Amino acid sequence: MSAVMVDDHHHDGPDSGIKRWICTTNHKDIGTLYLWFAMIMFFLGGLMALVVRAELFQPGLQFVDPQFFNSMTTMHALLMIFGVVMPAFTGLANWLIPMMVGGTDMALPRLNNWSFWLLPFAFTMLLATLFVPGGAPAGGWTLYPPLTLQTGAALPLLIFAIHLMGMSSIMGAINVIATILNMRAPGMTLMKMPMFVWTWLITAYLLIAVMPVLAGGVTMLLTDKYFGTSFFNAAGGGDPVMFQHIFWFFGHPEVYILILPSFGVISMILPTFARKPLFGYNSMVYATASIAFLSFVVWAHHMFTVGMPLAAQLFFMLSTMLIAVPTGVKVFNWVATMWRGSMTFETPMLFAIGFIVLFTIGGFSGLMLAIVPADYQYHDTYFVVAHFHYVLVPGSIFAIMAAVYYWLPKWTGHLYNETLGKWHFWLSTIFVNLTFFPMHFTGLAGMPRRIPDYALQFTDYNMLASIGAFGFGLAQLLFLYIVVATVRGGERATDRVWDGADGLEWTLPSPPPYHTFTTPPQIR
Amino acid sequence: MTAQTQYYVPHGSHWPIVGSVALFMTFVGLSAMLNEASFGLPLMGAGIAILLVMMFGWFGTVVRESEANAYNDQVDRSFRWGMFWFIFSEVMFFAAFFGALFYARTFSLPWLGGEGDGAATNMYLWPGFEALWPSNANGPSQIGGEFRQMGAWGIPAINTLILLTSGVTVTWAHHGLRANRRATLIFGLFLTVALGLVFVGLQAYEYIHAYTDLNLTLGAGIYGSTFFMLTGFHGLHVTIGAIMLIVILARSIAGHFTPDRHFAFEAAAWYWHFVDVVWLGLFFFVYWL
Ligand SMILES: [Cu+2]
Repeated sequence: MSAVMVDDHHHDGPDSGIKRWICTTNHKDIGTLYLWFAMIMFFLGGLMALVVRAELFQPGLQFVDPQFFNSMTTMHALLMIFGVVMPAFTGLANWLIPMMVGGTDMALPRLNNWSFWLLPFAFTMLLATLFVPGGAPAGGWTLYPPLTLQTGAALPLLIFAIHLMGMSSIMGAINVIATILNMRAPGMTLMKMPMFVWTWLITAYLLIAVMPVLAGGVTMLLTDKYFGTSFFNAAGGGDPVMFQHIFWFFGHPEVYILILPSFGVISMILPTFARKPLFGYNSMVYATASIAFLSFVVWAHHMFTVGMPLAAQLFFMLSTMLIAVPTGVKVFNWVATMWRGSMTFETPMLFAIGFIVLFTIGGFSGLMLAIVPADYQYHDTYFVVAHFHYVLVPGSIFAIMAAVYYWLPKWTGHLYNETLGKWHFWLSTIFVNLTFFPMHFTGLAGMPRRIPDYALQFTDYNMLASIGAFGFGLAQLLFLYIVVATVRGGERATDRVWDGADGLEWTLPSPPPYHTFTTPPQIR
Repeated sequence: MTAQTQYYVPHGSHWPIVGSVALFMTFVGLSAMLNEASFGLPLMGAGIAILLVMMFGWFGTVVRESEANAYNDQVDRSFRWGMFWFIFSEVMFFAAFFGALFYARTFSLPWLGGEGDGAATNMYLWPGFEALWPSNANGPSQIGGEFRQMGAWGIPAINTLILLTSGVTVTWAHHGLRANRRATLIFGLFLTVALGLVFVGLQAYEYIHAYTDLNLTLGAGIYGSTFFMLTGFHGLHVTIGAIMLIVILARSIAGHFTPDRHFAFEAAAWYWHFVDVVWLGLFFFVYWL
């Protein structure tokens, strides 16, 4: 055991060159990798969305054949969910949680590296399906059999890519939990933790609970197709609906995995710019926990039209509507935080307020979808598309952008260009509404989702949506420019950056040294 | 060397990227095999080989650091939380397959047999199909042909006894370690590994029996699907657990672990208890009921 060097750590800087990024065990490096990965996938997934919107600009078939159109909707969803929102939040967790709890690093640094470095390989496999015989998966990201079982050579690649993403998420989540439970500075009690840390603790629990269920479900798809099992084959005693149950047992908690860290981000930003502490901290924690608990017992609201006993429909309808209570508590607390605060409207605050307003619209349309008889009309229409894009784009994505603007000066040591930031916010907000608000109307009028062509009467709204989508896409180039420019230079940021900012990360220099809190900070 | 007071943040490691490349090769190779491409098998083989090298290298590094006292109590707790939540994720993986079994028995098969409010499948597609578990559990099309059920009171009952006993022997070994009785530790571990391997052997024998005598195959409808996927994944996990225990046994023989610092032993033991508990679920719900 002589070759071991036990103390070659915590006083040195990063390796040089590419090795720094490939072999790193540093939470800041890994956070950066996650965030840039999410950025790249954001533009790739966005490009796919633009293919969809270009085709839907007019009725009839213009640019792509229907099979490829369906591949684009499927791949867009998989990329945005597993390649953008989840990695971006894990990147934020990496950068922020150790600093926020006063820990040295993530609890399991090598595992942390692996969690990230599985992703590029997983997405290489997923994107490679575009070039295999039979084309990329086109059965929708929900992977319902029997349709998905008609995928060509892409199916195993798709399923194994999902396995790798799942491994990555589970390992990342284990790391987050171990960090939060074990790396807090003395005096940082659970109920003193910043809300972002709390929401991630609960998110990580959800991830570990449901990603393996998805892994099991897609494994059954694989064996049904290649090994002769009958899980989803009625002729053999199985049931395609069983897949939907398994999938949505994962899928509903997954939507909270995509939104709970946003709640945390918003709860960090509002107090800074309202210059008031967060209203109702304890109730925020309990509301987050209740949302997570309820998320396990509502899944069949995605399947009301599939044929279900009345009692089940009633149960899933009522349990779903119950989620509005803790969510309402959160929105109330955010508004109450701003109430009579001395507010300023820097870019992160604009995104945070945009989040509250627009996410709430998405929440309300979700409530409408929870009503069984109404859902019979809305199911698989553009109303559903409008709903989940409102909670995901001006919801999760806006929260991620708010977080980037809020902490970028801390990470880079430079201030971003406030004017450009505001432009980015307003362009994004206008175009996101132009894109998705008309979809409520086309959906209520009966336009089905995942179809490359549509009836003439939907044309005007679809044109508006397509214009909005291209505008939104272009506006994100501005975001990329702002981030790159801020990384490369700009006005020096102070340690505290924002005069209302509170929390351990703001006590560190901007940018923070490579290793922080090697001796635990004092907690008041 | 003395125990570290500061948290151990390793400087950097190439093992994760090696693992990612290995998994990538393995899965691309397997995908190619499923699509009948000839490069699939060698690619997968190479991937698995690299994966094994990675595991030797990575775990070896951790063992060396641990033996060099690089880890303090806080690191030890991180490892414990990591293992605990890893096992929880495994529990949820099995839950998906148990869920499929319960769903098939409670809903899909009875509905195919005409039960349930408005389930017209039976009337229109398969009139006369009776939902009998297990005899008709390969569905209305009798996929895989006539088969016989695997009984609970032969090999499965013996295997239950074997795993329960191995749970006792691993605890006995743990007591030996805590009391610094190394002989007890090593003998207890040896017995546990032996029982585990006997279990795997009997499972293999049972599979051969199922395929050759009972016509019970993976393709035998939902019965065969749930039976083989549940017992198969469990068998895989017993094998993994046995390998972990073999490593722990080798380390014990090499003089590793002290009465109060032996996380690796406990991790392997937790894992072993986890496969034990899963087995009890299998025995009740797959074999017996
Ligand atoms: Cu849902």
